Amino acid sequence: MRRVNRNERVRVGLTLNGRKLAADAEPRTLLCDFIRHALGATGTHVGCEHGVCGACTVLIDGVATRSCLTLAVQAEGREVKTVESLAAPDGTLNALQQAFRNNHALQCGFCTPGILMSFTDYLSRNPHASETEIRDVLSGHLCRCTGYAGIVAAVKEVTKSSP
Amino acid sequence: MKPRPFDYFRPDTVEEAVALLAEYGDDARILAGGQSLVPMLNLRIVEAEALIDISRIDALDVIRDLGDRIEIGAAVTQNKLLAWPQLAEKLPLLAAALPHVGHFQTRNKGTVCGSIAHADPSSELPLALAVLGGEIVLKSQRGERVLAAKDFQKDMLTTARALDELITAVRFPVMSGSGVGFREVARRHGDFAIIAVAAVAENKSAVRLGVGGMAGKPMLRRIAGEGAAHAIAAWADELEGYEDLHASAAMRRDLFRNLAPLAVKEAIRCAA
Repeated sequence: MRRVNRNERVRVGLTLNGRKLAADAEPRTLLCDFIRHALGATGTHVGCEHGVCGACTVLIDGVATRSCLTLAVQAEGREVKTVESLAAPDGTLNALQQAFRNNHALQCGFCTPGILMSFTDYLSRNPHASETEIRDVLSGHLCRCTGYAGIVAAVKEVTKSSP
Repeated sequence: MKPRPFDYFRPDTVEEAVALLAEYGDDARILAGGQSLVPMLNLRIVEAEALIDISRIDALDVIRDLGDRIEIGAAVTQNKLLAWPQLAEKLPLLAAALPHVGHFQTRNKGTVCGSIAHADPSSELPLALAVLGGEIVLKSQRGERVLAAKDFQKDMLTTARALDELITAVRFPVMSGSGVGFREVARRHGDFAIIAVAAVAENKSAVRLGVGGMAGKPMLRRIAGEGAAHAIAAWADELEGYEDLHASAAMRRDLFRNLAPLAVKEAIRCAA
């Protein structure tokens, strides 16, 4: 049994974007803060901190998850992927990112990392998602700039070019 | 916001989990998917001395076919149940209701049992469990007991779970081939329902109808297909409904009157 006392700081190890990393966390440290402040990967954005806005969505073992509703200790030993994992090392955008650029699917970009991670998970399960399904997944995110039309168009572009 | 400090336990077995509950009782909270609990911790609406994380207890991450019932362990997520290949055949009401539970992203973590444990008066899974006449399995160091859904949920966010008990599973009766109907109105898809209705056909002329969002817990009544709208309107006045940020009592009655006949009709049509 894993046990961590409230004021104890323990070493939490996980795989972040393919690299095994570890840093200290208290039991109450949220995964989003752990990724940003302890591991230094600031691509994941923190919005509402109660699971409503979706900006902090990451993949844990391939599954889209609110990192503000996950404790860092809960992700111990898991494989975590953030928006930093999407582009190639030379900066070339992946198909989903490129489609977002093509369709003006972002303006301020605050919500974008979470939306990209949600659709990374969803499209891996359902590569030919319908517009209704896309909108259903998107209902788990808040975007205050785009009116969502560009985002839907971007994801549709990916589903159409998917083999 | 960030939660206040708490001790964190991640037991490997149900025995370890119930031993911790016996020790901490009211001071401990069970953490399964965390999609209701962690927001409340972050907003500091709820405080806990200790969190007992059951999400990695393999024995609880199981969907078991008991023949006449389907048992869903406490670590099974809503999306895992939604992806269960036999869902539409054996639990058609859940196949209809689950897509309304939160969002794709929260269903990835949120558990079926957690939603029932949380006992929000308008949430879909407690309503489905009540209408189907399901059961809740509770375990403590004192032993195991099984409660009927109607004896489990007492009122708004209040259940019959004793402080040292862990919900290890819920059981939904198999409803192969029977007619079901489900409808809800929420401000946006994935929000908590303002009114949710679920109907299960008893035969071709009557249903068991349940409504969430009209009282502190799901309310049930047998409704005949003939004259259903009239019976529902009378029931709506009887229940009165309640007022909160999202809707007045009058609006709830109105939604119920308009929504429930659709679910009744759908259930009877599927049964026929």
